[in-house]
Amino acid sequence: MLLVLLKSIPSFLRFRLITREIYFAGVMSLIIILVSGLFVGMVLGLQGYETLQKYGSESAVGTLVALSLLRELGPVIAALLFASRAGSAMTAEIGLMKATEQLAAMGMMAVDPIARIVAPRFWGGVFSMPLLAAMFSVVGIFGGYLVAVVFIGVDEGSFWSQMQSSVDFRYDVVNGVIKSCFFGVVVTAIAVFEGFDAPPTAEGVSGATTRTVVTSSLAILGLDFVLTAFMFRGVS
Amino acid sequence: MARNRGDVTYVAELLEVERQKLMATLPLIEFKNVNFSYGSRVILNGVDMNISRGQVIAIMGGSGSGKTTLLRLIGGEAKPSAGSVSVAGRVVHELGRDELFKLRRKMGMLFQFGALFTDLSVFDNVAFQMREHTNLPESMIRDLVLMKLHAVGLRGAHHLMPAQLSGGMARRVALARSIALDPMLMMFDEPFTGLDPISLSVIGGLIRRLTDTLGMTSILVTHDIQESLRIVDYVYFLADGVIAAHGTPDEVRESKVPFVHQFVHGEIDGPVPFHYQAQTSYSQDLGVRTESGV
Amino acid sequence: MQRTMMDFWVGLFVMAGIGALLVLGLKVGNLTDFQADKGYVLIGNFENVGGLKVRAPVKSAGVVVGRVVDIQFSVKTYDAVVTVKVDMQYQFPKDTFASILTSGLLGEQYIGLLPGGDEEMLTDGDKFIKTNSAIVLEEMIGRFLFDRASEKKDSDPEI
Repeated sequence: MLLVLLKSIPSFLRFRLITREIYFAGVMSLIIILVSGLFVGMVLGLQGYETLQKYGSESAVGTLVALSLLRELGPVIAALLFASRAGSAMTAEIGLMKATEQLAAMGMMAVDPIARIVAPRFWGGVFSMPLLAAMFSVVGIFGGYLVAVVFIGVDEGSFWSQMQSSVDFRYDVVNGVIKSCFFGVVVTAIAVFEGFDAPPTAEGVSGATTRTVVTSSLAILGLDFVLTAFMFRGVS
Repeated sequence: MARNRGDVTYVAELLEVERQKLMATLPLIEFKNVNFSYGSRVILNGVDMNISRGQVIAIMGGSGSGKTTLLRLIGGEAKPSAGSVSVAGRVVHELGRDELFKLRRKMGMLFQFGALFTDLSVFDNVAFQMREHTNLPESMIRDLVLMKLHAVGLRGAHHLMPAQLSGGMARRVALARSIALDPMLMMFDEPFTGLDPISLSVIGGLIRRLTDTLGMTSILVTHDIQESLRIVDYVYFLADGVIAAHGTPDEVRESKVPFVHQFVHGEIDGPVPFHYQAQTSYSQDLGVRTESGV
Repeated sequence: MQRTMMDFWVGLFVMAGIGALLVLGLKVGNLTDFQADKGYVLIGNFENVGGLKVRAPVKSAGVVVGRVVDIQFSVKTYDAVVTVKVDMQYQFPKDTFASILTSGLLGEQYIGLLPGGDEEMLTDGDKFIKTNSAIVLEEMIGRFLFDRASEKKDSDPEI
């Protein structure tokens, strides 16, 4: 199946199909990603302040919020939300298409269902995931700023400057983006596979949808550990 | 050659013309001693059948007798475990993927419940194959789609989504979609199931008319005996994995073969038993002590 | 859903995503702060680098002027060879003193540059003439204990 997906790279040319999938996977997940990002950032700001002020270093709350979001929470939570919002929808859609013989009909029309149905969804998801994770982090940092600076009154200058001096573009931002690319591949691959593999019955499709969410959540967390171990080994 | 055109291409052309003349007389589809089984369950057990061009054929049989499997074998979705199915002189299961897809472009299939793509409008459903397989300009696709929809009487519904259609309309749209590229062979999987009497005769009429006007060959898999006898040229009965009987509609109606008689007249008991074969007797299952058991 | 509407939203989505990446890069990651390609390389041999890490800052008078880009062990001189990259706009005299310092009691280690008075300036690939190694806590404590012990030995032979 991965082979077929690789072969489907020419389907990049068919922007129409991929645009549609970016709309359903990316744009439709936007609300949940932005709202959760804001709240996660605000909680980080609050908790970070509570802890850091005991050591008199509450201005480091910017660093704490930014690093946690960029390295871990942004990619991971965005991917978990993406799996349950877009991944499950993808599985259900493909599973239902299979159950109603739409995939078989497509095959009989001499159109490969993997190239026509699965590939655009896969690439749409893979493309959307890093963008969603980046937006999650930005909104989260804004949430942290809102709580720490606007509500609590941490000095605005030191909030940003501490953040900027400790966040490294290459190590923190780029690694976070790489993580979210991996998660995008894993989540959409699991989602389309489960949909394609679902037994063509009502229970089959609902079971496959559940499996998509469970499997991809576990895969995200496991993969996150592996990636973190490789990326941040030996660097402060 | 006397005409001094004895080059290879000319000979090839002549051969091609001869081949096509010969092909026209040969049956379009040939089943040769076809066996098929799902695991240990034998579905087909030596089916021999020839289907000629330009006809409407019905394949009938009870539920689960393997009728749909026949269509899947023709379409190359399933492989016979023995024997061969050939379409237009080519053995289907020996074709490579690209060859098979090329052959499938000349086939149309109407699935039991239409199988319209739910994310596309009626128009886009019918246009699907044209967009996938041809490079026609959009204006021409538009004209062709409206012509196909007009043929099934649904030109006015081109902007609707499949969810907004009734069962009969959905099946007509699916019919329009399957004839989009003017196939040489149409397969209908239970085209009459779940339709009201009016939609049923509309679909039946359409199948007959399109077959004649487009010069297709149509295969119906159905158990709706009355409607099919009205429109088809020839009927095959499938039972116990073999062709149990065949004939023209008139022969079928008059048939004295017990199985056919039971099927045509819908009798409850006959060669096809009412009871599924049980391992133990009825009284044993219910735990009733019989005389001999005492 | 109209196609144009969908295109509009997808375009907006992609633009917002790229915008978010830019914000992360510029505002949060401070990409403009120090560009690695706009700098010159200096090399220093240290007897001991302690906990110095690649990417640690190079500071002069408390201002970040560069970063450590490489730390190697030399088998010729049996000491650590530290390569740093210093921003083009900061020039230092030939006899600049490089030492490994610690920010705060338990903070991260960095390289501090103390400019000398030479007329000539360091150029790309030059070596620091004078370096000062990191203070290693164990050595310091060890030396302290040793000193105390030898003091005690004179007065109390039992230990």
